[in-house]
Amino acid sequence: MTTVARKAGTGRGRLGDRLLHAYTWLIIVWLSTPIAVMILFGFNDRKSRSNTSWQGFTLEWYRRLFEIDGLTQALINSLLIAVAATVLTTVIGTLLGLALGRYRFRGRGISNFLIFTAISTPELVMGASLLSLFVSGNLQRGHATIVIAHVLFALAFVTVTVRARVVGLDPSLEEAARDLGASTWDTFRLVTLPAIMPGVVAGGLLAFALSIDDYVVTSFVNGSTSTFPLWIVGSVKVGIPPQVNVMGTLIFALGAALAIVNAVASRRKA
Amino acid sequence: MVKPQVAGAVTANARVDRTSAIELVDVAKEYTVHGEVVHAVKGVSLDIAEGEFFSLLGPSGCGKTTTMRMIAGFEDPTRGVVRLYGQDVTDVPPNRRDVNMVFQSYALFPHMNVWENVAFGLKRRKVAAQEIKTRVGEILEVVGLTGREKRRPREMSGGQQQRVALARALVNRPRALLLDEPLGALDLKLRHTMQIELKRIQREVGITFVYVTHDQSEALTMSDRIAVMNDGVVEQLAGPREIYEQPATAFVAGFIGTSNLINGTVSAVDGAHAVLSLGSDDRILIPSGSAPGQGEAAVITVRPEKITIARQRRDQEVSQVRGTVSEVVYLGTYNSYVVTLDGGAEVTVFEQNAMDGTSTAERGDSVWLSWRPQHSYALRGA
Ligand SMILES: Nc1ncnc2c1ncn2[C@@H]1O[C@H](COP(=O)(O)OP(=O)(O)OP(=O)(O)O)[C@@H](O)[C@H]1O
Ligand SMILES: [Mg+2]
Repeated sequence: MTTVARKAGTGRGRLGDRLLHAYTWLIIVWLSTPIAVMILFGFNDRKSRSNTSWQGFTLEWYRRLFEIDGLTQALINSLLIAVAATVLTTVIGTLLGLALGRYRFRGRGISNFLIFTAISTPELVMGASLLSLFVSGNLQRGHATIVIAHVLFALAFVTVTVRARVVGLDPSLEEAARDLGASTWDTFRLVTLPAIMPGVVAGGLLAFALSIDDYVVTSFVNGSTSTFPLWIVGSVKVGIPPQVNVMGTLIFALGAALAIVNAVASRRKA
Repeated sequence: MVKPQVAGAVTANARVDRTSAIELVDVAKEYTVHGEVVHAVKGVSLDIAEGEFFSLLGPSGCGKTTTMRMIAGFEDPTRGVVRLYGQDVTDVPPNRRDVNMVFQSYALFPHMNVWENVAFGLKRRKVAAQEIKTRVGEILEVVGLTGREKRRPREMSGGQQQRVALARALVNRPRALLLDEPLGALDLKLRHTMQIELKRIQREVGITFVYVTHDQSEALTMSDRIAVMNDGVVEQLAGPREIYEQPATAFVAGFIGTSNLINGTVSAVDGAHAVLSLGSDDRILIPSGSAPGQGEAAVITVRPEKITIARQRRDQEVSQVRGTVSEVVYLGTYNSYVVTLDGGAEVTVFEQNAMDGTSTAERGDSVWLSWRPQHSYALRGA
């Protein structure tokens, strides 16, 4: 679009071009300011309990990262839960996405509708109803119930990304594999899965991101287990320690690294 | 001039000492779409010989792809039997049928390079690594892609992708290769090159080719035999010359090349010919073997290039009809005339261009058209 405007070379085109640039930068700044602040205050040499004004640069918080036991445990819990939820969600969501994208079956319409509902249901509602479900089912609340809850709300996202890939998949690819002697399993393993992989990976990353920073649903079903977001919210009143910023920074760096790897890999593959 | 009957005779002879590679016995396929039954294929019987270049030709939606997919095993016939080398494979899944298919969209695996694509089938069959290497190398040489092993499909041109698809199927040495409009996505020039290539490759590897196309000139130039399909049935099954010279039905006559259809009544049958009368001086001679009985209505077909256009009536034992030129089109190597007969029918005539570039008649001229008796064919079921 910009090149077209530039080629036209009209005054209005150039003005539009500049406006578009300004707008783009505005959005980028707006989106990245909170992240920048978070990273910055991980290096803040704070003197008081509150970590809200800049008082000098230090690496102290990186050195003393795991000094707060409750926070460390909460982070470990969060990572464990996120990994478990991601694996489960990716597997189940991929299967769902395959079924919904490929087959016409009784209940397909309902399933599609339920997925949309799962995405659009307010988290408060979902958390409250899950809690009453677990309570009435007499389920011990803790890691397992959190994982179940996270799988439930992240499932729809994986299903949707995978389904989009499946729908765009040329059916003759799989037929070609069968034609060349591949069994059903080989066809899936060697042709279908690689073809939908970008969708699977994107869905998995999304599931991880949703799980690691979920507060609302988790707060209903956690029992006595704390997670990273729960711990932070709990410490707001007494002041959030800079270690939280450091951990946030590291999680962000990990996520960014994964996203870059995924982008590079899919560009090379494509 | 080769007599049209010769082609038929050759096919008939060839049928005596041959192995049947693919046999369809009254195969039909019905789909149910929104509660409505669609008859895609309505009972097709074919017997394709080993080593034959066999074409399924017909307009869009006539059931060519469905027929081919039933041979490959992707569709279960609603009724009928599919045999490969005499063995009933109707219930055998595609991965255990010894035929390979070249898809119209090529269906190359996008995440594999050329070498991996071509080796796919051999690996599934657990062929030894060393043999895979030689066979892939050989077949890439046959299709002229040596040196491109590391390329991904999307890094290749349409023609190259087409050849990868061909190599991927041929490397398995299937007993038959099924090609569904394999040249459909290519431009005209590349199409012609690939037609010649395909013929060469088929000769070299000696595999039975079943070729789906809706391009009649492609089918005529490449095939040993052609099944012309329409609306789920085979209208005619014969060699290219016979299909062209002796179309069995009005559909075949109309679908293959330009053809003239003329209606009339049989007024007399003598020894060699039946006579179709149209008007006072007009008469069309039909070889009596194919003609209906005296007094019956008949439709005959005659090819535009068989007709001679002249100012005067010729005094010979030939078909002669009178008409008025309603259109003359100069087409380079020949002229095309549309002549309206006195009875109202329109007849197209091709005339080789004369040395001096003039045409025999102009628009509005009254002309006589004539052609030899053996070039009139009475159509079946007309
Ligand atoms: N899976 C299907 N479900 C329902 N109807 C189908 C299906 N496949 C084919 N048909 C119908 O069967 C008929 C024959 O289709 P087919 O694909 O065999 O035609 P074709 O001769 O290959 O045409 P084309 O030259 O356009 O490829 C068509 O009317 C088509 O709509
Ligand atoms: Mg087709």
